[in-house]
Amino acid sequence: MAATESMNSIDTSAAMIAGPTQLADWLVLMPVVIPIVAGAVLLMARHEVRLHAMIAIGALGLAFAGAAGLLYRVVTEGTLVMTMGRWVPPFGISFSADALGATFATAATFVALAGAIFAIRDIDATGRRYGFYPFLLLMMAGVNGAFLTGDIFNLYVWFEVFVIASFGLLILGSEQRQLDGATKYAILNLVATTIFLVTTGMLYGTFGTLNMADIARKAPQLRESGPLMTIAALYLLAFGMKAAAFPLNFWLPASYHTPRIVTSALFGGLLTKVGIYALLRVFLTLMPVERGVLSELIAWLAAATMILGIMGALSQSDVRRIAGFVVISGIGVMLAGLALGSPVGVAGTVLYAVHSILVMTALYLLAGLMHEAGGSYSLHEVSGLYRSNPFLAAIALAVVLAASGLPPLSGLWPKVMLVKASVDGGAWWLAFAILLSGFLTTIALGRVFILAFWRNSPTAGDDSADFGGAGKARPGGYMVLGMLALPMIAIGVYPDPFMQLADVAAAGLLDPSGYIQAVFPGGGG
Amino acid sequence: MRTVIFRTAAPYLASLMVLFSIFVLLRGHNEPGGGFIGGLIAASAIAIYGIACGVASVRRALYFHPMAISGFGLLLAALSGVLSVFFGVPFLTGLWATPHLFGVELDLSTVMFFDIGVYFVVVGAITSIGLALEERERG
Repeated sequence: MAATESMNSIDTSAAMIAGPTQLADWLVLMPVVIPIVAGAVLLMARHEVRLHAMIAIGALGLAFAGAAGLLYRVVTEGTLVMTMGRWVPPFGISFSADALGATFATAATFVALAGAIFAIRDIDATGRRYGFYPFLLLMMAGVNGAFLTGDIFNLYVWFEVFVIASFGLLILGSEQRQLDGATKYAILNLVATTIFLVTTGMLYGTFGTLNMADIARKAPQLRESGPLMTIAALYLLAFGMKAAAFPLNFWLPASYHTPRIVTSALFGGLLTKVGIYALLRVFLTLMPVERGVLSELIAWLAAATMILGIMGALSQSDVRRIAGFVVISGIGVMLAGLALGSPVGVAGTVLYAVHSILVMTALYLLAGLMHEAGGSYSLHEVSGLYRSNPFLAAIALAVVLAASGLPPLSGLWPKVMLVKASVDGGAWWLAFAILLSGFLTTIALGRVFILAFWRNSPTAGDDSADFGGAGKARPGGYMVLGMLALPMIAIGVYPDPFMQLADVAAAGLLDPSGYIQAVFPGGGG
Repeated sequence: MRTVIFRTAAPYLASLMVLFSIFVLLRGHNEPGGGFIGGLIAASAIAIYGIACGVASVRRALYFHPMAISGFGLLLAALSGVLSVFFGVPFLTGLWATPHLFGVELDLSTVMFFDIGVYFVVVGAITSIGLALEERERG
């Protein structure tokens, strides 16, 4: 064949990475490739719905092991890079996992594993035949790909992968209100990804490269001549929309309460955090100077997102809608760290993101269990759960405390770090906004707890064994919530290792020289 | 569109197009073509067959569900990348083997299997959409 001859006649060795790839380097791919392969297998076996849950949980467990191993390796040995097809970067597409990406991937895969276990009971055979588990796995491949890739166009591709898979999850069941929510979600997300793509085109036109490490090291020379500020502002727009930051957050409350509760849980836990990750990566690694110029704007957006988000939660009576607004408020808190840009602030954002991935998923799953026990999502109708489901009440209290940022759970420490960073940076009003949003979150979620759990069921006036309309939530769900609560408690009670991890991730973001060094070991390219 | 002429011609047209799509797929290594465009041609062939003879007969002829075909393609593409793990090279590195079969030198590469995977993903996904639309139309 002509192909081989021409291959042989051109010496491509200069364009190829010479050294062999260590087996351990494959850790960087495990969180992405395993879900893709398992998702493909499930697509092929779409009628064997009994096998779906088993295969998906096994695959996500393996992917989690891979992500955890990756995190360990990245923390001990620094950024891990693998460039696809052996082409030398920036020509080959690199996967470069630093502490930030590995941390996010580990937390995300853990939550997806919990969601897959919860879905055993939440998703019936019809939902499985429609492809819940394949969509879940492909969404996870997209989310982890976004966290681990080292190429900004590849980041766009992973965004598309998880957004398209999320469309499938969102309309699972094809109810009218789901289609209504999905339309808003789809259009606004497609607008955001289009802006992302257009901006990436501009960036490529300016830099001539898409490799993030390459962009980071070329930015200082191009700052005078290139439209970097425009690119940064457009990225803020695109990722702000993805992350549901004010004033581009309409799509989230309009859609997140419509799908199955486990889907809501995974969306609330994962998808907005990918937007936050992209903001951190672009503004801290690639364009730190532009972030400095925009910091005032980002700070105002952060404060508005926090306060207006949680005010939305106060005005709602549907537990799922309340959870949606709490997600938005948390995005504001994470943006605060980005606006500050100090090591403590960024570390606070990273830790808050991990906390938020866990607690928002738990909050939605809790809503699902409350629905199961009380028969409704509305606070007007659910009551007396404390009596009928005391164990659920205990977990609910933990989730409420964590989401509000009260001790002894995981929400406290990242908020402490962010408030400290705000005060250190002289942004008193931002510190005030963080504390105020925490206070309002306590009220909003405290209201849920008081009305749904403490309030007596109107039909159970006496101490009879009949608890009115309140039934029992099945125990499988407790296990999943307990699984999510464990790391939340661990972060709350023993925060040192988690804070150190967040510090390492923040340091890697603020000083990208290690990241660049890992992608371009010879300094060339 | 169920005219006698179209219905008689469609199976021949469709099989010719599938043949052509395979040609385009294999040519795609160094010349214009490849898995994506080949897959589109094959999907159009299936669509033509569907317009002429109805969705039910297409599903019977395909035997596998279009989504399963997509899944197979995705699996093939992913595994052709993972094969590099045994050779100490990064994911998706092109690996070549030239076995001699019946006196002919045959160039096999992971790149080709990846492209075949893309072909199946495109065929499955587009056919799946096409058949769903067609079914909706017939009510």
